[in-house]
Amino acid sequence: MCIRDRYQRRVHGIQDINRMLSITFKQLSCRSSNIFGRMFSSIKVPLPNLEVYKLDKNMFPTVAETNREELINYYKQMTLQRRIEITCDEIYKMKEVRGFCHLMDGQEGVSVGIEAGITKQDHLITAYRCHGYLIGRGDTPERLIAEMMGRLTGCSKGKGGSMHMTLLKNRFYGGNGIVGAQVPIGTGIAFGIKYDGKPEVCVSLYGDGAANQGQIAEAANMAKLWNLPVIYICENNLYAMGTCVARSSANTKFYTRLDPIPGVKIDGQNIFAVRETMKKAREWCISGKGPMCLEILTYRYHGHSMSDAGLSYRTRAVSYTHLRAHETSLHLVCRLLLEKKKKRMSK
Amino acid sequence: YQRRVHGDFMFKVLACKRALSLALLPKFSRTFSSGPAPLKMDFSEKVNTKEIVLKNPSKLKKMNICQSITNALDIALASNPNTYVYGEDVKFGGVFRCTVGLNEKYGTDRVFNTPLSEQGIIGFSVGLVAAGGVAIPEIQFGDYIFPAFDQFVNEVAKYRYRTNGLFNTGGICCRVAYGAVGHGGHYHSQTPEAHFMHTAGLTMVIPRNPIQAKGLLLASIRSPDPVIFFEPKILYRMSEDLVPEEDYEIPLRKAEVIKEGKDVTLLGYGASVRQLQMASKMAEEKGISCEIIDLRTILPYDFETIEKSVNKTGRLLITHEAPVTSGAGAEIAAKVQEKCFLHMKAPVKRVCGYDTPFPFVYEPFYLPNRVKIFDGIQELMAEQLTTSSQIPFKYCLLYTSPSPRDLSTSRMPSSA
Repeated sequence: MCIRDRYQRRVHGIQDINRMLSITFKQLSCRSSNIFGRMFSSIKVPLPNLEVYKLDKNMFPTVAETNREELINYYKQMTLQRRIEITCDEIYKMKEVRGFCHLMDGQEGVSVGIEAGITKQDHLITAYRCHGYLIGRGDTPERLIAEMMGRLTGCSKGKGGSMHMTLLKNRFYGGNGIVGAQVPIGTGIAFGIKYDGKPEVCVSLYGDGAANQGQIAEAANMAKLWNLPVIYICENNLYAMGTCVARSSANTKFYTRLDPIPGVKIDGQNIFAVRETMKKAREWCISGKGPMCLEILTYRYHGHSMSDAGLSYRTRAVSYTHLRAHETSLHLVCRLLLEKKKKRMSK
Repeated sequence: YQRRVHGDFMFKVLACKRALSLALLPKFSRTFSSGPAPLKMDFSEKVNTKEIVLKNPSKLKKMNICQSITNALDIALASNPNTYVYGEDVKFGGVFRCTVGLNEKYGTDRVFNTPLSEQGIIGFSVGLVAAGGVAIPEIQFGDYIFPAFDQFVNEVAKYRYRTNGLFNTGGICCRVAYGAVGHGGHYHSQTPEAHFMHTAGLTMVIPRNPIQAKGLLLASIRSPDPVIFFEPKILYRMSEDLVPEEDYEIPLRKAEVIKEGKDVTLLGYGASVRQLQMASKMAEEKGISCEIIDLRTILPYDFETIEKSVNKTGRLLITHEAPVTSGAGAEIAAKVQEKCFLHMKAPVKRVCGYDTPFPFVYEPFYLPNRVKIFDGIQELMAEQLTTSSQIPFKYCLLYTSPSPRDLSTSRMPSSA
């Protein structure tokens, strides 16, 4: 560090973080233009192939409909989540934030897609990679970053940190530090919903590493036995910390692991696939057919946490190739918007 | 020639400017709270020749705890071909780099990764050693030991008892990275030894520096009883010593008196021993001579050494990072007051963590640091030092009119 850095080192308050994030908002503000006809004309997005287990494949749509307004909304949300993750990376490296920081950039399509498929009356609980879910559930970036810094204005009043972000009013039961512990808790929430007779579901997320924890099998058994309205989602980002799925799991078909709960495997890098599947899963649970299991294939650009570069077990060549070969939801939405604009321009 | 002189001169000016700026930079420009800065002390120790008998005493290598553990595992794997080292992410070297190079040297059938199932790992170890192997599983963080708690308490501890010695789980030595690390938060800083203290049949060992770590780990692996070996993760890189490169063992179930003294006995283990050493240095300036004991084996603990020391000094201060209620200190305090009551000059003092979940940002307030320990020492010596007025007035009235605020350092401040 040179002298200049030491002199200019100062407290990064919330205003500074806001300034970093406001770049996003400036880029996102779209000019108002002729809304007649254009806003509401639908765009059809073909959905990728999915695999089912103990379900009828025909119950899931093959094409999703969207429009420009929706696309811009998704783009805003995903870019916000991406920028927040990059900002968290920066402030962690500046030592403004200490502790453990698990980033989910690359997985924004999953969190935004799930939110698009359920309502704010539904309940959500997830593991420690929870920044995106907090924003998706309706909280502000200020409260997220304040929580990371341990301030009283944070979403968990500074007590939880990056791993335990919660939002009571929108039924976000938080990130959870202990791997797999949130799944039985989610099952219990579903039991409470069923007992009250409300048309709601509980979405209970876990990762590919957590799938090997015993308590998940226990919770799934109880859910199927008592027909609880819970959707188990395995966010498969192919690496449990440093171990790839093939090396840690004998059965890598995570959507079949909670047998006899029916399962479906989808591509999480297509936000519309996630949204449509979530809608169908929600209908399934609310109609009283019991729990459902989803496996969402996705990818995280960062390592497991800030202390892991993520390169020793995913060589630089492989991870960059994946980046270029597979477009994420962000790229997809961007491409659709640009195609729409091109079409309009050509007309 | 003139330009070169000018260049040299500018270099000197800039160097002076830099030195001045570094000196004048405000030292308190951090934006987060922290505990008291550590005292500048040399914590490195020499090999205790009374305990450790070495064949080549001059063959030493500078290692930290991390490297000494790798060395110990290397020796264990080499000396017994039926030994297995496994755990989460152990193959590529481990998250703390304690198993670097072992997979390359001994192969994947002896050093391998397990899936993310602690209960499965320990249950699997019980079977492995019952069939005749020696298992060295690793639990990545002490906070994750709880899924395996059932296997430890109900299987590992009781297998020998319930089969009358026909089977035994003595081959297990489970390595656990535990303890506060400065930024761990709720689930990367816990000290779970108290939960296991209640279980007869288990042995728990905690080293304080690399020499102890290597010797104790080798003794634990070869011991005929199941051992949980807690490694203080904050000392993995911080604690460095000249460690003998050969195979040596340190006897288990024996505490070590690190420093002799006659006024107060300070008892601790793991990372707390450093805090005790710093506090005793502070106490020496006041003329208090402290005796420091490192417990090393927490269960079954060496009560003889403690008894001998407390009978000599009459005062005991116990410290550990775990919460105070029913921690390891509580058990030792109860036993001490039972056996050494008539020799005691003051009640046993426990300077431990508070009874809360391990905090996220309040860690510097929570941990028992050298200042809290020094405060406790002064309290114990209150009667002695009252007349010489070397201590604050609040302690002078200690045994005549104690006020709860003056007395207790192990309760949360009321304003919190």
